Amino acid sequence: MAIADRPIGFGRLKRKEDARFIRGKGTYLDDIRLPGMLHGAVLRSPFAHAKITSIDTSRALQLPNVAAVITAKDLETLGLAWMPTISYDTQAVLAGDKVRFQHQEVAFVIATDEYSARDALALIDVEYDPLPAVVNARKALDPDAPLIRDDKPDQTDNIASPLWEAGDAAATDRVFAEADTVVERDIIYPRCHPAPLETCGIIADFNPQTGQLDIYNGNQAPNAHRTIYAHVAGLAEHMIRIMCNDIGGGFGNKVPIYPGYVCAIAGSIVAGKPVKWIEDRTENLVSTGFARDYIMHSEICAKDGKITGLRVDVIADHGAFDSTAQPTKFPAGFFHICCGSYDLEASHVQVKAVYTNKAPGGVAYRCSFRITEAVYLVERMVGALALEMGVDPIELRMQSFIKPDQFPYETTTGWTYDSGDYGQTMKVAMQIAGYEDLRREQAEKRARGELMGIGVSFFTEGVGAGPRKHMDILGLAMNDGADLRVHPSGKAVISLSCQTQGQGHETTFAQIVAEELGIPPEDVQVRHGDTDKTPYGLGTYGSRSTPVSGGAAAVVSRKVRDKARLIASTMLETRPEDLAWTKGPPAGWYVKGDPSKGVPINEIARYAYSGDPMPEGLEGGLDAQTIYDPPNLTYPYGAYIAVVDVDPDTAAVKVRRFIAVDDCGVRINPMIVDGQIHGGLAEGIGIALMEVITFDSEGNCLNSSFMDYLIPTALECPDFELGETVTPCPHHPLGAKGVGESPNVGSPPAIVNAVIDALHESHGVDHVDMPCTPARVWAAMQGRPEPPQ
Amino acid sequence: MQTPAPFEYERATSVQGAIASLSRLGPEARVIAGGYSLLPMMKLRLANPQHLIDINDLDELAYIREETDRVSIGALTRHVELLESDLLGLHFPVFRDAELVIADPVVRNRGTIGGSLCQGDAAEDLSAVCLALHGEAVLRGPERERIVRLDEFHIGPYMTAVKDGELLTEIRLPLKHGGGSAHEKVERRAGDFAIAAASAAVWVDGGKIVDAGVALSAVGPTTVHVTRAEEHLRGASPSEELFEQAGAIAAEDCSPIPDGRGPVDYKRHLAGVLTKRALKRASARALKQEA
Amino acid sequence: MDLNLNINGEQVSRAVEPRQLLVHYIRDTPGLTGTHWGCDTSNCGACVVLIDGKPVKSCTMLAAMAEGHEIRTVESLERDGELDPIQQGFHEMHALHCGFCTPGMLMTTRALLDERAGGPPLSDDEIRMAISGAICRCTGYKNIVAAVRWAAEHQQQEV
Repeated sequence: MAIADRPIGFGRLKRKEDARFIRGKGTYLDDIRLPGMLHGAVLRSPFAHAKITSIDTSRALQLPNVAAVITAKDLETLGLAWMPTISYDTQAVLAGDKVRFQHQEVAFVIATDEYSARDALALIDVEYDPLPAVVNARKALDPDAPLIRDDKPDQTDNIASPLWEAGDAAATDRVFAEADTVVERDIIYPRCHPAPLETCGIIADFNPQTGQLDIYNGNQAPNAHRTIYAHVAGLAEHMIRIMCNDIGGGFGNKVPIYPGYVCAIAGSIVAGKPVKWIEDRTENLVSTGFARDYIMHSEICAKDGKITGLRVDVIADHGAFDSTAQPTKFPAGFFHICCGSYDLEASHVQVKAVYTNKAPGGVAYRCSFRITEAVYLVERMVGALALEMGVDPIELRMQSFIKPDQFPYETTTGWTYDSGDYGQTMKVAMQIAGYEDLRREQAEKRARGELMGIGVSFFTEGVGAGPRKHMDILGLAMNDGADLRVHPSGKAVISLSCQTQGQGHETTFAQIVAEELGIPPEDVQVRHGDTDKTPYGLGTYGSRSTPVSGGAAAVVSRKVRDKARLIASTMLETRPEDLAWTKGPPAGWYVKGDPSKGVPINEIARYAYSGDPMPEGLEGGLDAQTIYDPPNLTYPYGAYIAVVDVDPDTAAVKVRRFIAVDDCGVRINPMIVDGQIHGGLAEGIGIALMEVITFDSEGNCLNSSFMDYLIPTALECPDFELGETVTPCPHHPLGAKGVGESPNVGSPPAIVNAVIDALHESHGVDHVDMPCTPARVWAAMQGRPEPPQ
Repeated sequence: MQTPAPFEYERATSVQGAIASLSRLGPEARVIAGGYSLLPMMKLRLANPQHLIDINDLDELAYIREETDRVSIGALTRHVELLESDLLGLHFPVFRDAELVIADPVVRNRGTIGGSLCQGDAAEDLSAVCLALHGEAVLRGPERERIVRLDEFHIGPYMTAVKDGELLTEIRLPLKHGGGSAHEKVERRAGDFAIAAASAAVWVDGGKIVDAGVALSAVGPTTVHVTRAEEHLRGASPSEELFEQAGAIAAEDCSPIPDGRGPVDYKRHLAGVLTKRALKRASARALKQEA
Repeated sequence: MDLNLNINGEQVSRAVEPRQLLVHYIRDTPGLTGTHWGCDTSNCGACVVLIDGKPVKSCTMLAAMAEGHEIRTVESLERDGELDPIQQGFHEMHALHCGFCTPGMLMTTRALLDERAGGPPLSDDEIRMAISGAICRCTGYKNIVAAVRWAAEHQQQEV
């Protein structure tokens, strides 16, 4: 095998975790069976908004295999009827007074098997008194709109959180007054769903004798979950253990705590046995963690061929309970990064959030807290501006980019971008695409009546939340721990607080240790997903694993290396400052100027645990721990170009080519980075063309299975063409930036811009909302775009 | 995971046996073949049959054969067999067009033509294919066998002419000289049901269309048989304008409803476009002019 | 009802309700949880197993319907410690992330390779069509296509 395939440190190392997955030997939640385990099922509301007048569980309880049926009344006695959300709101675990969205949880059945539990659902009699439902976020603001959250004492309207602002309104007004071109658009980022292939679920195992609660649950932030469960259930934090095992995808969907989880815990406490609850696909789509649902009005302006200002007014639809996921001080997440990659003179953003009779969530679907919405907004607006100005969309971007010598760059909304050379990355994308040739091809096709579009987007993301002075969730700083132990034989275990859901952490983090300490990656075990065995930290979402836990892994490795230096100086009877770290192989501490004299890391490890004398004041062993507080976010960026063909008669859109050039700083494992980009691009194609959660006027969810929530197959995804530039992050210990979410963030605007590009000249189309389904594109071609919500 | 409600299961070992069970058990019994339509409905508990009669062992119902004046297809013939059949490829290429866009290859390994037709879903493709080919369905009951024309087979949404105690055993497609056929579909994503689909067949003799079949999926309560378009085509010479006119008739004569796949005007538009496209390809095939 | 299913060449007997889905019967067999489920509507393909050599979605088949047929699951691919070329290909080409769709993908593509054995090389379009009934939420499919190509090339060498 070539050296390049088996790098000691960074490089295209094939994944360690594959060995079990390709044999069908992963351990996902439903693979776990505990002795005596019972099975839960949730009864859900058929109505979007209705008073509950009675619940009768007696018929269900008569089924032979049914152990218990839990309702809100039962939870009240346990103090579990309501739970806090991660946005300081409250959410009903089981509806008692009324239901506030269709498919809300109403009762929880526990039975000996899943089939029986589901049989019992049909035997629970619930009487509802239907109320008018509020589905449209704009209409939720009407003074006479039905009040959804009458459970909250001071709530008199459907406002979910106060108006939130960023930027400078007055300065923005001035810039718009001086502009020579202004474009205005209503842009919707529709509700969609992360829909990981493994749905959400839990096994709760409460031991009444010891008071210990074991939770098996594939979630993205096990340590934070434990703290929240302790708070919710009134249990001692040290008596709760969460084990994630293998997770079949997360994409933000497995960040929150869901009512079904709390029901299973309550069920285990009541039944004294383990209780498993796993949602079916419909439950996943209709009740857990949706994403986006931002209704945006925006204006953008330019002067002398350069973008100068941006204004955005957003209504965020949070559904019935505000359980949106973001750092607490950022109620609209990082949406105010919508000033994009451009050297603007001013910008202003305001966001108000409303309750509607729709499922709660507001998770970041492969997105760093609303950056997806922000990038979509600005890149669509730049596309619209280029159309209005009659200039090439790349030319306008090139004119307006933040220049390399402006970094670190303070944006008009308060972000400090770390590093970048945007123009260079854009050029690489143009080169791969053959941009000039594509434009020629497009002109020829237009002449023949064929519709081909070329769409561009350029994004800057802020990922790796985050610095503790700015960012916490429910008072928990967004820092990550790492604990590294090098054993006497020179093999190591690194324990992490971040949580892989398929990102390949077992490989990437072993490579970080390998890079820093010269221990081959196969000799580094990566441990995560068990709160009893891992340090504290806030988990994996918002592309934060490499920026935060990756930083922690590097720092903890360097701490070990520093200790190794002291030990080596004793071993070599020299001063530490006379030693230099050499990567080898074998890696170790060597006397400066004399490479023949030194000790490799495994020798140092053996020594550290031996009976030989340690340096003065130093304890034996070779290990370290750290909590990494990132000084700033990392700011990956990229240039994306989509080529689409639109059928002139049927309006069907086909993504023919997709070019993605990402700059995520130093790439630890370029193979895994490419894989992440491929996956995010597929999701972006899904969101742009087909993935959407919609409701009828009564609040019935219309996309409640994979027959209607459409996920791209291999036939909708082109053979992605990737490129890269590498601009290291100046403040990350490894120079790395996050990347997992970039492709999902950057691809939808490129595709929608391409669709508009295909249709603008021939059909005058200058706007279309996602998803660009054949029906919607056809309507746009008829000059009848759907009116804004 | 969603699970079906309890039922009794019986595996049929002969056609007679299956029919005997069906007539004994009455409306509470359902036949299961591929299961891809019925089982999801049962998992949602929208269908709750008390008895399932599994006919998958009835190999005598799995065939595609040419007889003197027709091609006969056994009801248990799987999608993949329809797709790969040289006989159908020769006489009725419309099957291949349709089978390439019905569900996905894995589903096509199990799903059957009988199941597709009996589900009675107006968005399903094979019903339109068989209707455009002016096919007939053979329904066997305990006492006798009867033959129902495809245009009388679907009597309402999810409702067919198959009576309690009867089993669809065969589809018959008349063989006539000079035929060509094609199927066109627009879907939201590969494997999805149609937003709209059109099946067309033409039989050409001496430069004139002597007979034609046009049927549409997903634009009415049942598969739509566009008889007015067929009449318009009969006796005319194939031409772009003629097919355009036939498409316009199809757009007028269908009755789509708005849903997540699209509004009425778009579906009508598609009915027209796809009818025209299908006729064009069918005609090119009939005239051996296909590119 | 008493069922006796042939799974990976072994007879597995159990009394079950007639309504039990094949995917559950397989997964209730010790050591055979590699076959997953991801939807209820036969759209995702995570549950694909081979029945008499052909890929079938086991979430949409009753266990009872599988009696008398040969069922093969992902656990049967590795033989005497030797990975099947398709397993190796998925590893070589980074064709899996979370691993949840992987068993279904492996069985679907194993069947594709078997069907094509000795025939002309598979085109990318053919591979994409073959896996179009299987959803992967992680990889964007590009590397899965590459993995199938890898396996096709390497098993030819073996023959």
